[in-house]
Amino acid sequence: MTATSEPNLTGCTPSELLTVVSARCLRGRRRVFAGIGLPTLAVALAQATTEPGIEQVYESGVTGAHPPRLPQTIADAPLATGAECILGMHALFGYVLQGGRIDVGFLGGAQIDRWGSLNSTVIGDYAQPTVRLPGSGGAAEVMANAAEVFVVLRRHTPTSLVETLDFCTSPAPLRARRANPNVGTTGRGVTTVVTNLGVLTAADDGELTLSAVHPGVEVADVTAATGWPLRLAPEVAVTEPPTRAELEPLRERIDPTRVYLR
Amino acid sequence: MARSKLATMRDAIAEHVNDGDTVALEGFTHLIPVAAGHELIRQRRQRLTIVRMTPDIVFDQLVAAGVATKMIFSFTGNSSVGSLHAIRRAIEHGDPRPLEIEEYSHYGLLGRYIAGASHLPFYPVRSYAGGDLPARNPNIRTVTSPFPAANGGTEEVYAVPPLHPDVAIVHAQRADRAGNVQAWGILGPQQEVAFAARRTVAVVEEVADDEVIRSDPNRTTIPGLAVDAVVECPRGAHPSFVQGYYDRDNEFYRSWPDISRDPDALREWLREWVYDLPDHDAYLAKLGPGYFDRLRPVPAMSTPVDYGSAL
Repeated sequence: MTATSEPNLTGCTPSELLTVVSARCLRGRRRVFAGIGLPTLAVALAQATTEPGIEQVYESGVTGAHPPRLPQTIADAPLATGAECILGMHALFGYVLQGGRIDVGFLGGAQIDRWGSLNSTVIGDYAQPTVRLPGSGGAAEVMANAAEVFVVLRRHTPTSLVETLDFCTSPAPLRARRANPNVGTTGRGVTTVVTNLGVLTAADDGELTLSAVHPGVEVADVTAATGWPLRLAPEVAVTEPPTRAELEPLRERIDPTRVYLR
Repeated sequence: MARSKLATMRDAIAEHVNDGDTVALEGFTHLIPVAAGHELIRQRRQRLTIVRMTPDIVFDQLVAAGVATKMIFSFTGNSSVGSLHAIRRAIEHGDPRPLEIEEYSHYGLLGRYIAGASHLPFYPVRSYAGGDLPARNPNIRTVTSPFPAANGGTEEVYAVPPLHPDVAIVHAQRADRAGNVQAWGILGPQQEVAFAARRTVAVVEEVADDEVIRSDPNRTTIPGLAVDAVVECPRGAHPSFVQGYYDRDNEFYRSWPDISRDPDALREWLREWVYDLPDHDAYLAKLGPGYFDRLRPVPAMSTPVDYGSAL
């Protein structure tokens, strides 16, 4: 149940580990809504390893992107060059997202709670925030409409995995149904959270539970770094270290100049 | 031949944007009407409500310059390279003056444009249940569907009201003199906002001959019937990009947080790059010859299509 405490057992950097573990979680999924950064790398890696048919949809409306160089934003010029389709906003948010075409949506945020609701709006009070964050963008739509949601967190800390959100930007479907049972939200919400310490997986009741720790990480390290009393899954695995077959395409083809593998 | 709607940037802004107006400057990372934003600052417009799904650097500048007193938006940030500090100072501390905000998610604000463009009393979206935004924005309400849900029960959706900006300003690759705008690449909510607005100003890289536009009518994203002025302003979207014309100036985006963090540096930037320059040509001259060389795209031409018909 506990991992060894030897460091550097994975033979890779933290961002490589996050990408590899996220890519493994994409097994069996076909259409992924993801932003720039590690999620994009994870989709590309899944495509290069276990899921050659996986497709990424960008918030800018691009589907079937074949960028000649790594894009810097979700709406960068190389995403349009050679793309299979560029949809308008109405089609993207209405037909693709709300229409239920997305298997997995990747989301981030400053705070996540144990039921997988996310805050990307403010730290502190809304009217007079300590820190004003960007806001929802399409996150509320992804949460409400993707079949499931993955979250990648570079730093697992009690201030990011919190008991109570300062602001609920993207409510978990459970929370949405409780607040208003007459509003049809179709998705399962956050099913998987990949952090620098391990993996949280939603239990049947929707609560995020610890299902794996990365090599060298103790279960107690993760519970201490979580802002709510973290439940353990029936079995807590130790993450299989990334293999050469996973790291090689990531390092040599997907992000060779280490734009996001920092 | 249709009436020419060509205008200079100075005249288009002077004629169409009044103090106190609601002005949408759209663009989704791509095709951001930055030069038009600078002209609003240069002409010292006041008390504007500025609208955009994704406010970025030019909105930071509009807020810093005291042009805007309210912002309607759904995501405000400088991509992944840092904060918009003038906007943050205004929201977090009311410094140097408060900025009223009206906030949506992307689909909510897009829905306001669609309702405005379509003359509907509201636009329905499934987002927002259980979240904290409806309590902070009275424009996000619920409405009961007049039809039974799939399970026979009652179904509610959230509703947002129409938005009719006094002016929409969009940037595109080209237009003819009558205002038929052609754009390609990532389009954002340009068509929706152009039809929602009472007046629309289209800023383009180049004014094209009628034959060019008519050779590819499906490329026309906004027809002349929804456009009031056409401004030819090459590189008027810098530091954002125009597909096939120039790439995004990522170095500028990365440099912005350091300028924006320091109110004095930001004031000095506005003086040097906006107030002290007569127009966008002077801005380009100040950037210097060869500045856009590193942003020049590798050509990727589309294959022409055949619009022919029998005589």
